[in-house]
Amino acid sequence: MCGIAGLIHKNKTVNIGKELEDMLQALKHRGPDSTGFALYGEGENNSYIMRFKVGENVKEGSSASNEGDEVYDARKAQVDKYLGELGAEVVSEDQITPYSFKYIINYDKDLMEFSKKIESVEMTEILSIGKSLELVKDIGDAGVVSKQYGLDKIRGTHAIGHTRMATESGVDIRSAHPFWGYPFSDVSVVHNGQLTNYWNNRRALENKGMRFMSQCDSELIAVYLAEKMRKGVSLEDGMRDSLSELDGVFTYLVATKDSLGMAKDTMAAKPMVLYESDDLVALGSEEIAIRTLLPQEIDTHDPYDGEVKVWQI
Amino acid sequence: MANINDNKDSKSHSMGLHSEALKGRTQQVFFNPEEDENYYYYGAYDVDFNKRTEIDATELSCKDLNDKIKNAMSNGYGTVVVKNPQGKHSLGVGILNKLNLIFEGSLGYFGVGSIDGPIVRISGRVGWSCAENMMSGKVVIEKNAGSCFGAAIRGGDLICKGSVGARTGIDMKGGTIIIGGDAGAFTGFMMQRGRMVILGDVGENLGDSMYDGTIYVGGSIKSLGSDAVESELTELDKSWLKRKLKVAEIGSDFDISKMKKIVAGKKLWNYDALEPAERKGAI
Repeated sequence: MCGIAGLIHKNKTVNIGKELEDMLQALKHRGPDSTGFALYGEGENNSYIMRFKVGENVKEGSSASNEGDEVYDARKAQVDKYLGELGAEVVSEDQITPYSFKYIINYDKDLMEFSKKIESVEMTEILSIGKSLELVKDIGDAGVVSKQYGLDKIRGTHAIGHTRMATESGVDIRSAHPFWGYPFSDVSVVHNGQLTNYWNNRRALENKGMRFMSQCDSELIAVYLAEKMRKGVSLEDGMRDSLSELDGVFTYLVATKDSLGMAKDTMAAKPMVLYESDDLVALGSEEIAIRTLLPQEIDTHDPYDGEVKVWQI
Repeated sequence: MANINDNKDSKSHSMGLHSEALKGRTQQVFFNPEEDENYYYYGAYDVDFNKRTEIDATELSCKDLNDKIKNAMSNGYGTVVVKNPQGKHSLGVGILNKLNLIFEGSLGYFGVGSIDGPIVRISGRVGWSCAENMMSGKVVIEKNAGSCFGAAIRGGDLICKGSVGARTGIDMKGGTIIIGGDAGAFTGFMMQRGRMVILGDVGENLGDSMYDGTIYVGGSIKSLGSDAVESELTELDKSWLKRKLKVAEIGSDFDISKMKKIVAGKKLWNYDALEPAERKGAI
């Protein structure tokens, strides 16, 4: 059991970090191990925002081992060196935790080659690259993670998030959601459920050059959709294909720079509650997540089996 | 040659294994409708429907609210209005008492589960598994409901005026479920008894693996599940539907003659061989 939530404001920019934090905090009981945010903010003058980590959080409950700040510093120095070799201009950099960073960069070449080079540094993972997307995930509930990364100040139009109960893989950042739709900028995915043809699909996608950073079955959805988009398939068509090509029970949310989508498997085995109005769409595994935004009486419903929906900002 | 059977009988008798005389197929005692005390649980509260109280759920946990409802009944309140439930889970559960319970707003998961007797009105929506294991009474929801609506209910009337999710009436063992809108996939999955009425459309695998019971559908059916077949809508069915929809205050202008009737197509011989009273015990 995990919790997922998403929201999209169609005509305005709001404090999207705080709104998603409140929704995810209401779903804490569905996943106490880690929490992740994919926030679509106002951007940084058309530069890329890159969130990456060079190690794991080793606090109580984590399945990762302690490596030490010196190791993290050495890896960061290696990333900086590779950025220079790739011709990327670093506009600014922030160190959020000893192992986690936010860089603003200018770069105009292939993102897959870029990502491969950066991620060749040991234990280094790009959590997201985007003109709008900032993907943050860590161990703890939504309040803890939001405070740690200062997310309640991020303004934007839409977001998706996840509270994780670890079942398929360890309690660590690499297995936490959301997953970036590598190598596409501004694509992220969160998932509630289990995929039963994970290994078959993973092997096939790896043979096509796609990369997996974890052993979490949910990562498959992000990579699967990215591969579809790489072949020129639209996001919505890719999501529809996933209903028959991915086995198991699932409800997932996917977001891009200007849209938010939802897909539910044909068994309708995983929950999702949906609120739609002219200005706002909000979704959550439970209605109490939506109630944090709209405490007054509202009309909501459960999307049906095999339903795919996409909303634009 | 020694008589093995005689020897066995002798030993088992000497061990006292045959002291109980077995008569018939069951020793279960069923309620006699004439004995009205059987309709009340031991310790049930004597409540007055004209005595009314309100509870604001805004700051209450599920347990605190359920305790307050119980406390109100113990003080003789027969009408309890809950304001601002705000989608919280497991509200109004385990009420084994006569009660008018009114929720002004929406419930989360497992709302009014395992109830026996109350009349519940919910002005908003309900989440998954509303009224699970309901034994008797009446529950009316004004808006939509989530999946597993009325799972394993055994009696009473469960009415949703909006649409419901997947697996509505799963494992249903009695009672009536009435849906004003549409229903999702696997509606009536493993249904064993009771009746379900859906005025709108139904998703895939309707009545999959149903043992018994009847499903009436007013709209389209995406597909029937295994063991579910369409049957003839009789005058008796129409008469029952007309009366039930009127009592449920729903679908008053609905053309009942166009409804489709779905029943179990596979006979389960051991199940059918039971006496009617024994069937009740079996489910």
